[in-house]
This record gives sequence, C-alpha cells and structure tokens, in this order.
Amino acid sequence: MQVPILKQGPYLIASIQSALSDADLMQLRDALVAKVSTFRSRGVIVDVTVLDVLDSFASRTLRDLVRMIKLRGAITVIVGIQPEVAFAMVQLGLTMEGVATALDLEEGIAYLDRATTRKAVIAGDG
Amino acid sequence: MDKHRVAIRALDETRIAICADMDIVAARQCGRTLAAELGFSNTDATLIATAISELARNIVIYAKEGEITLSTLQKSESCGIVVVAHDNGPGIPDLEQAMKMGYSTSGSLGFGLPGVSRLMDEFKIDSRPGHGTTVTIKKWKR
Repeated sequence: MQVPILKQGPYLIASIQSALSDADLMQLRDALVAKVSTFRSRGVIVDVTVLDVLDSFASRTLRDLVRMIKLRGAITVIVGIQPEVAFAMVQLGLTMEGVATALDLEEGIAYLDRATTRKAVIAGDG
Repeated sequence: MDKHRVAIRALDETRIAICADMDIVAARQCGRTLAAELGFSNTDATLIATAISELARNIVIYAKEGEITLSTLQKSESCGIVVVAHDNGPGIPDLEQAMKMGYSTSGSLGFGLPGVSRLMDEFKIDSRPGHGTTVTIKKWKR
C-alpha cells in the first residue's frame, strides 16, 4: 500500500490512507527522504490520523525518518496521533523524543511555517 | 460441578499464521475486531492490538514463523481476551534479562516484553533455548 505524497509549496505531505506493513513504512521513509531532495522541500508532514496502532517498529521508523530528513536540511512534523494510540505508545514506553508532533494537518502546517521562518531568520543573521 | 474448573474457559479460537510482516497487520486487526465484538473500549482494543503487533513482530524477527491464537475468556460476569503467541524458534536464553530489556528512548532493540506486559492485565512467558517461545497475555473487560 503506497502512501501518496503531495507537494504543497515548500512542503511535502504524506497522507497515510490505511494500515501499513513494516515494508510499507520503510518505503514511505525512503520515498520521503528522496522527495525532499527532488522538490527541495523545507518541511514534511506525515499524517498518521488513520493509523490505529503505532507500535515499536512504526515509532522507530518514524523517528528515523525525521532524523534522516533533518540531515537533508528539512523539518518534519508528525500529525494526527489518535488519543488511544498515544496512550498505548506511552504504556509501551515509546516517547518519540526529538520528534515534532502536532494535533492535525492545519497545526502541522502552522508549525512548519513557524519553524522554517525561524530557520531562515537564523541563517540570515549568520 | 467443580466451580473452579468452569470458572475460566476458552469459548472460541482464531488462529493466525505468522510468517511475514503483512501477517503482523492481519493479526492485530483480528485482535481489534474480536475486542470490539466483546465490547472492549476503543482504548483497550488499541492496547490489545498494539500488544499483538509486538508479539507477532518478535515471531517474524526471531523465529521467522509461528502463530497467534486469539480466544475469549468468560469468568462469572466478566469476559476477557487471551492471546497466545507461539513459535518453535531459537527461544530466549535468559528470560530474566529479556524481561528487563525494554525499548530505550534511543530506540535500541529489545524483545519489548516489559512494554507488552504493561499493556495487558496478565502476562506469562515460557521459553527455552531450542524449544521455542510461548507468550500468553490476557486482558479483562472493565
């Protein structure tokens, strides 16, 4: 099940549509890292609203994705983690430290707008 | 009639063969469906599905193949769900150590067993090197 990746201005939006296998998740990670270069994107949003389980593998893959994209100079935000999914993740001991999250797509875009502007200002000062 | 003998009985049983990563998704979806049918809350159904996902992945990673069995428990006015993850893989040499190894915040790999036991009400593991691993987990409806 391929995840559609939409280009929205300087951002990429990966909107997960159904449950993903481990292979699907790894493919999403690799596709996003590649597309950040292709489109010279400054921000990435991964929308996980439909995922009813985020287990250790999914959490680790998302965290790896965020780090890889950061190394490519872009910022990632994960949006739409459901309340019961968040509860299960915390019980399992998955904290997703260092990963930016936002309530939904709208908040995610707002986060990227702020984060990429701040980055541009810092770069401008230097 | 011996009350204790009939206090807990398995009603029905669903077996899911686990040998590829797609089976992990299938197993946890079966678990969620069964939990929903039994009237578990959405939160508890998610905890059960997540626990199944972890156990199924351990099978794929460490044993290559095995099976997950889901069944229903009935105890007086309460009901529950029992998940048995069984494989004939290499087994776990040091169970005590495995039960201490969780996921660190840096994401290093463990078997994730302490995490799974936190998601459920009851947790039992039986494993010997060369004799495979059987993990039995239960959750009761609240």
